[in-house]
Amino acid sequence: MAKKTTVPFNGTAQQAEQLMAVIAEHRDDRGALMPVLQKAQDIYGYLPIEVQKIISDEMEIPLEKIYGVVTFYAQFSLFPKGKYNISVCLGTACYVKGSGDLYDKLQEILKIGGGECTADGKFSLEACRCIGACGLAPVMTVNEDVYGRLTTDQLEGILAKYE
Amino acid sequence: MKSLQEIQAIRDQMHPELELRHVGSKEANSKYERHVLICGGTGCTSSGSLAIEKALHEEIDKAGLHDKIQVVKTGCFGLCALGPIMIVYPSGAFYSRISAENIPQIVQEHLIGGKPVKELLYDETVTDDGIKGLNETSFYKKQHRVALRNCGNINPEDITEYIGKDGYQALAKVINEMSPEDVIQTVLDSGLRGRGGGGFPTGMKWKLARTIVPDADQKYVCCNADEGDPGAFMDRSVLEGDPHVVLEAMAIAGYAIGASQGYIYVRAEYPIAVDRLRIAIAQAREYGVLGKNIFGSDFSFDIDLRLGAGAFVCGEETALMTSIEGNRGEPRPRPPFPAEKGLYQKPTILNNVETYANIPQIILNGAQWFADLGTEKSKGTKVFALGGKIKNTGLVEVPMGTTLREVIEEIGGGIPNGKKFKAAQTGGPSGGCISPENYDVPIDYDNLIAIGSMMGSGGLIVMDEDNCMVDIAKFFLEFTVDESCGKCTPCRIGTKRMYEMLDKITKGQASLEDLDKLEELCYYIKANSLCGLGQTAPNPVLSTLKNFRNEYEAHVVDKKCPAGVCKDLLMFQIHPEKCVACGLCAKNCPVNAIAEGDVPSKNPKRNAFVIDTTKCIKCGACMDNCRPKAITKG
Repeated sequence: MAKKTTVPFNGTAQQAEQLMAVIAEHRDDRGALMPVLQKAQDIYGYLPIEVQKIISDEMEIPLEKIYGVVTFYAQFSLFPKGKYNISVCLGTACYVKGSGDLYDKLQEILKIGGGECTADGKFSLEACRCIGACGLAPVMTVNEDVYGRLTTDQLEGILAKYE
Repeated sequence: MKSLQEIQAIRDQMHPELELRHVGSKEANSKYERHVLICGGTGCTSSGSLAIEKALHEEIDKAGLHDKIQVVKTGCFGLCALGPIMIVYPSGAFYSRISAENIPQIVQEHLIGGKPVKELLYDETVTDDGIKGLNETSFYKKQHRVALRNCGNINPEDITEYIGKDGYQALAKVINEMSPEDVIQTVLDSGLRGRGGGGFPTGMKWKLARTIVPDADQKYVCCNADEGDPGAFMDRSVLEGDPHVVLEAMAIAGYAIGASQGYIYVRAEYPIAVDRLRIAIAQAREYGVLGKNIFGSDFSFDIDLRLGAGAFVCGEETALMTSIEGNRGEPRPRPPFPAEKGLYQKPTILNNVETYANIPQIILNGAQWFADLGTEKSKGTKVFALGGKIKNTGLVEVPMGTTLREVIEEIGGGIPNGKKFKAAQTGGPSGGCISPENYDVPIDYDNLIAIGSMMGSGGLIVMDEDNCMVDIAKFFLEFTVDESCGKCTPCRIGTKRMYEMLDKITKGQASLEDLDKLEELCYYIKANSLCGLGQTAPNPVLSTLKNFRNEYEAHVVDKKCPAGVCKDLLMFQIHPEKCVACGLCAKNCPVNAIAEGDVPSKNPKRNAFVIDTTKCIKCGACMDNCRPKAITKG
């Protein structure tokens, strides 16, 4: 579940311009909503209601439909993520090798629940289903960095690497 | 845009070049002395193969060897447990678990000096009188690679390498020599069944899509690359290692059913696969094997990508199509089946990546060649993603009918740390757990269903005595509750209730009556859910209830978790006769639940330590830190 605090929306004019370009590019495509939302999330990092409203107005798609799609798919987030997003693989291969313990331990260390972000905006934590590095199980990622064959006592050391 | 003759010329030029990558091939004739192949699949990339590639290029440049040595970044070799992997041909020297620091030594001693660095090779390939190739290791010996034939052998970002491996020859053959009906008949005769889970005959699907709406103005060919089963990664590996095989097969399918447009629905979580697909589509268009008037015929076919956004239910065919249309990926009732009304209400076929990967080989080698592999009702091979408690984690492709014992013990190298095999899970959240009694059952679609599991997409997770089967069932139900789209009641509410019952069991709060209720609910959900997700969601519970009932009963009656997993049922205990009263346990206890007691220990000066079970949070820190192993859980 996503963090329930509201973060004020501070999109820039430049971001809005990028979004308009994306919408223009897909204007004539069938089924364009998903690609537009994916690119919008790349631009803003998340999909706050303000961004959804722009897409709704420009693409002439009702806002409730857009909200319905955004909340349906796990990839779309209504809330911003931390500077470092930690993702623990809870795929079966990692789970049987103890990734559930890693996930619990991280919640304990960071004092946040899954899907939440620390108060300073530094770390956010989520579970994911199989990134396909099953040979390295159990696995977690911090932004783009992949850490494999983990044990719970390595976690504090890894987090300390991120400023 | 290339003519068929030009494609043939590329094939003839590339073929002997690529033959260098087969140990002992007589057709090999390369302009390079050696080919160095580095795995660029997700697994090896995660363990640093890109840094190795960079170091290799630097060292080779430094030594001035770039016209003698070709460095190739390939897709997955399969043996992910040994990653990062690098192979040097023509000898086939197999370097495993190397890092960028090893590269200068390998370049000096092997690539310049001609002597493989033995201590960095995979130990099984080092023999007294030299080295042996990958194909002779126990991991590869029993494998038969059809779908994975090019994975780990070619550069997936170079269409000419695919062409050199007879790529796009099957497409040329169907366009020039076969009618659409011939193609469909060949696929039917081959006995190929869908590799995505259900096992529906592929040729039948194509036949329906060709014939059911004779005057359709538009039809679609879709590829399901939304590999949702957590723990299965064969589709990703095919896309990363051999993307053109999927494009070629989709074009063949388009020709067979009369479609001009294809869509690949691929998980956004697979960035490497998405990149390589984009490159492959662009190259295929450039070479004219996708696009208008392919090989000068009147057949036109193009493919676009659609990225999934993380919804397991989108692996279901109608949900996937709804998602491509830009909606919430909810399934709809069938009939009408997609062959009649699919994407945008037009006749559509949907096959999975691995299914497509078999098609060009079936066209080139004939239906009989494929039908000779496998068992009576399940033809060909199947790729499994071996994971969990097994030595050789990775991808294996074996003929249908291979036993679990062969896959786990011989190919997989058995279970590490001397533990005992307890169960193998196939079919992911839709499948079940296979118990040791069925270790020797030949694996095919029908046998797996008979023993309460299913093929699914081919995830094969091995579990040992430390895994609790009730906990595993709960794990899968948690997944299904999360992924249920919410459209139909039996799945939305039923799976949630099942999860709650399982949670009760793992907390020791359930009665035997609850087990019966749980089973009854399973059958109700199976019978009444709208789509495959709900209909199969109870399988992990039903199969564990059937095969491991004693474990459920231990949780319910004795309030014990025999595997020592379910925290609420655990009790940590210090045995005074082994305790040396060092105090490390008390020091490491995060809640100060451990103190010196009043029973003597092995240490004559102090009494044994005792755990206050009312304070204990069962974290296990005491046990991890106890040197004389005086602490047990149970």
